[in-house]
Amino acid sequence: MTDLLQLWDYDFMRRALLAAALVGVAGPLVGAFVVQRGLSLIGDGLGHVALTGVAAGVLTGAAPVWTALAAAVAAAIAVEVVRARGRTGGDVALAVISYGGVAGGVVLLSAAPPGSPANLESYLFGALTTTSPADVRTFGVLALVLLVTVLLLRPWFFAVAGDEEHARAVGLPVRALTTTLAVLTAVTVVLSMRTVGLLLVSALVVIPVAAAQRTCSSFAAVQVAACALGLVASTGGAVASYRLGTPPGGTIVLLALAVFAVAVLGAALRPAGAPGREGRRAS
Amino acid sequence: MPTTAPVLRPPPAGDVLLEFRGAALGYDRRPLLRDVDLVVCAGECVAVTGPNGAGKTTLVRAALGLADVLAGDLRRGTSRWGYVPQRHSVAAAVPATVAEVVAVGRLPLAGPLRRWAPAVRRGDRAAVRTALETVGLADRAEDPVARLSGGQQRRVLLARALATEAPLLLLDEPTAGVDEANQRIVAGVLRRLRGAGVGVVVVTHDVDALAGAWTRRVEVRDGAVQEGAPPGGTRHAGHGDGEGRR
Repeated sequence: MTDLLQLWDYDFMRRALLAAALVGVAGPLVGAFVVQRGLSLIGDGLGHVALTGVAAGVLTGAAPVWTALAAAVAAAIAVEVVRARGRTGGDVALAVISYGGVAGGVVLLSAAPPGSPANLESYLFGALTTTSPADVRTFGVLALVLLVTVLLLRPWFFAVAGDEEHARAVGLPVRALTTTLAVLTAVTVVLSMRTVGLLLVSALVVIPVAAAQRTCSSFAAVQVAACALGLVASTGGAVASYRLGTPPGGTIVLLALAVFAVAVLGAALRPAGAPGREGRRAS
Repeated sequence: MPTTAPVLRPPPAGDVLLEFRGAALGYDRRPLLRDVDLVVCAGECVAVTGPNGAGKTTLVRAALGLADVLAGDLRRGTSRWGYVPQRHSVAAAVPATVAEVVAVGRLPLAGPLRRWAPAVRRGDRAAVRTALETVGLADRAEDPVARLSGGQQRRVLLARALATEAPLLLLDEPTAGVDEANQRIVAGVLRRLRGAGVGVVVVTHDVDALAGAWTRRVEVRDGAVQEGAPPGGTRHAGHGDGEGRR
């Protein structure tokens, strides 16, 4: 315990834990809607596009966080436009932007002049302990915007995530809601960039939700439990990675997966009829 | 047995809630139904029948704005309506309770800021409770929908439509794949709605399952909407007493 308190004395570790906590809560908060919509891998696609944004930042000298955000938001809106037109499936649209994002990032970075600070690995796999005070401020603002938006629009997001056709039929602004949700996912991706890296960006969006849905009966409970699990995995993983000398992104995701495995095991051992065993219906 | 008589009727006692006049309905500029004339008034329950693929769902979806009105007119006498889609399950990837699903029906009534008002929240809770009582699922409000049977889940969708407290409901095969007990419950709900002056359009393959609920029948066949036999089987017998073939 004393060791843990000592960690708080280090500036870099405080920033790392704050950034990890923000991602740990923000990811599952948006992730519950994303999983409900069947778009669990949208974070991966947007993460790949964010790489192009990072490369653009490196080339132009702009802050990579903001260029990554601009690229991810533009891609999120593009996916929704393609989905809404109905000619291309959401999964195909995601695959297209995913490949385009990685390809664009690699080509742009190759054009960077020698000596450019193109530390690609820190964006791909995360570099939690290098989180700067400016990063923490930026992430704090983004997380606050995300939290307020979700709190205000939560029932509407639930409606479009669960039954988009019904939502459209009764006159809800479906296009605006799905686009907002996609933009919030893009914000989550950028928040996660420094913590777990762009290649593992979906992990904190999907895994805590997957674990919570094994044990909870209501959507509200799943969302709260997933945020709690995400917080535990992200901050616990950050501390463990410091103690073990392992990469923080991978450690956080492995801890989240361990939580998921426990949830699956727990649900399997529970009697039929208990939460998490909904597959066995009454006839 | 359909006739070729137009289905446009002068409004009886109730207000006109839905009106197609000479409408062509379809998707992507391809009409599936032509020359649709149909009026639905308050207190009416119109059964829409016809073979698979005839365009029954297209008719309902056009009324909801989900299919295109390619020619003619569509007028709605209300800005609020409830809808039960042609689905057999409510369950999705993430668990949700029956009450959470039914509460979605309340969303068109108040925006994000108004929804925080205590009076609005109380009204929503009361409407959800009433809707669930009406379909006989009040005791399952906190259960995950995935734990309900298929017939019960169809009733959850009906409760979501009822929670809108709208004067017009459009139901797409609410009794398909549902056992007799659940069919009787749905028919009972439709009778109560008629009594309350709600206008209902219900797509069904089995008018007998909804006996006593519908007041008029229209048949969708060969790209047209035609007058069908009224309750009791006698054509052009007015609006009928709604007793149908029990």
